[in-house]
Amino acid sequence: MGVVSKKPGRSWGRLGKRGWGKASHALIHLVLLSAAMLFLFPLLWMVSTSLKPIAETMKIPPVWLYWPPQFKNFWDAVNYIPFLRYTLNTLIVCSLAIIGTVSSCSLVAYGFSRIKWPGRDIFFVVTLATMMIPFPVIMVPLYAVFRELGWIGSLKPLWAPAFFGSAFNIFLLRQFFLGIPNDLSDAARIDGCNELVIFWRIILPLCKPVLAVVTLFTFIYHWNDFLAPLIFLTKQETFTLSLGLQFYQSQHGGTQWHMLMAASVLVVAPVIVLFFFTQRTFIKGIALTGIKG
Amino acid sequence: MDRKKKHLLHFYLLAAPALLGLLLFALGPIVASLAISFTDWDILSKPAFLGLKNYQELLFHDKLFLKSLWNSLYYTIFGVPLGVVGGLLIAMLLNTKVRGIPIYRTLFYLPAVVPAVASAVLWIWVFDPDLGILNESLRFIGFSTTPKWLASTEWAMPALIIMSLWGLGAGMIIYLAGLQGIPEHLYEAAKIDGAGRWHLFWHVTVPHMSPIIFFNLIMGIIWSLQGGFTQAYIMTEGGPANSTLFYTYYIFRKAFEEFQMGYSSALAWVLFVIILVITALVFKYARKKVYYEYLGGGS
Repeated sequence: MGVVSKKPGRSWGRLGKRGWGKASHALIHLVLLSAAMLFLFPLLWMVSTSLKPIAETMKIPPVWLYWPPQFKNFWDAVNYIPFLRYTLNTLIVCSLAIIGTVSSCSLVAYGFSRIKWPGRDIFFVVTLATMMIPFPVIMVPLYAVFRELGWIGSLKPLWAPAFFGSAFNIFLLRQFFLGIPNDLSDAARIDGCNELVIFWRIILPLCKPVLAVVTLFTFIYHWNDFLAPLIFLTKQETFTLSLGLQFYQSQHGGTQWHMLMAASVLVVAPVIVLFFFTQRTFIKGIALTGIKG
Repeated sequence: MDRKKKHLLHFYLLAAPALLGLLLFALGPIVASLAISFTDWDILSKPAFLGLKNYQELLFHDKLFLKSLWNSLYYTIFGVPLGVVGGLLIAMLLNTKVRGIPIYRTLFYLPAVVPAVASAVLWIWVFDPDLGILNESLRFIGFSTTPKWLASTEWAMPALIIMSLWGLGAGMIIYLAGLQGIPEHLYEAAKIDGAGRWHLFWHVTVPHMSPIIFFNLIMGIIWSLQGGFTQAYIMTEGGPANSTLFYTYYIFRKAFEEFQMGYSSALAWVLFVIILVITALVFKYARKKVYYEYLGGGS
């Protein structure tokens, strides 16, 4: 909670009631609605195309609702490439990365927020500074290291680094940890608990919301990632979904738009469904990053 | 005291590997990258030391270096400010007390969670000069000639900028949280003093939002300068005529298509320095305009 106010828009709300009146509310709705439609347009277009037969996709002007909807496209799309294999690979990367990120980042963030030690603040600034390092700058050395380790072509380069934490998530968790009253840990210390027990028994149970945020961000990041898989995955059988999607186009000359859009719907849908069900957690987390940034 | 120290030690033994690992994974490669940039290396054979030759080559002889740098700057100069302003405007509309805010919020945020590859594929289809929904809409409104978008050297980059604006919901959510944190009494007080709507916006909303605007601006610039890769790789392959060859794409090409690891690392380091310089300049200039409550600036 904390950061997001429970009373959405009261300041502007009053303004609305007194100064703008009903007419302006209607105007705001009109503006919002048309802007929202613009944002939704491409996604609707994607769904629409995924339900058409191939011949219909070439029609001008386009038909938005083709009847009967061609659900067969989805079946065909899944069988065009090893879709299930790629899904499984992506899920493996996502789950291992989540385990790694949550365990390492929460420990480090605890050390940065709940314990005092010499040099802590310098270490924290350095950790934050690593966020500024662009991936393109470090991708060649990373490739060389993973090649040395014999990891190129396996999924390891995609999830193993997660076990060493990521600056962004450490920052997020630290912000949250700082908000927990120190009395709690002090009382436990007096009772003779060591830091690990305090971390595990007291702090972590209080942090479920922010841990959920970190889990969500990690999932979405790895589900969507393209450049790293493109560089590190060299064998077809280890491809992730984002790589697989790209191969629809090039493999079968003359893009099969209906199938490509059906596959895209399948890749986008889990993220959107997840977002719908976790909206509150999600938005809270984003607010947490921005407010004190 | 002794026991306390022992407890702390336990903790460090667990946390230290992760922390050191993070620093090694980030700082190690960046030092290595600098070292590699002074060599000629195809990753298979031994690297040969070149000194500053890679840098001389790219700064004075490489036309694609300038071209790709310009492309990334173009993308940033137009995309980032439009995204920042657009995101703030939508957030302010959403912060009024109209009905259905959660639905609108979701709709605007949705594109930001769509995987980059999926949105790239989708937008090729949207931008299709003949069959795409964009040109179809333009014709519907009454335009007789429509741009060829991704197939034209002039319109390919604007097309990718339009597409990047589709994801401005990410920034919008941060603004929205910030707007909701502005104390109401400030608006009340200003209104008693006879402030109009425009005045409230400039003298209450903007100063309070300035740290967040600043945060989004900095992050936007950093991301945008190294961005565009996925879109360009899938949608245009950097074309037509290198008009969408983003800087990161050029680094990628040199490293993983031409296997010039040394040259690619030199390119990457130049990007790193450019990002640092631009960020520092923005910090220096924009920070004066940022209102920090706790520092006692502003009114």
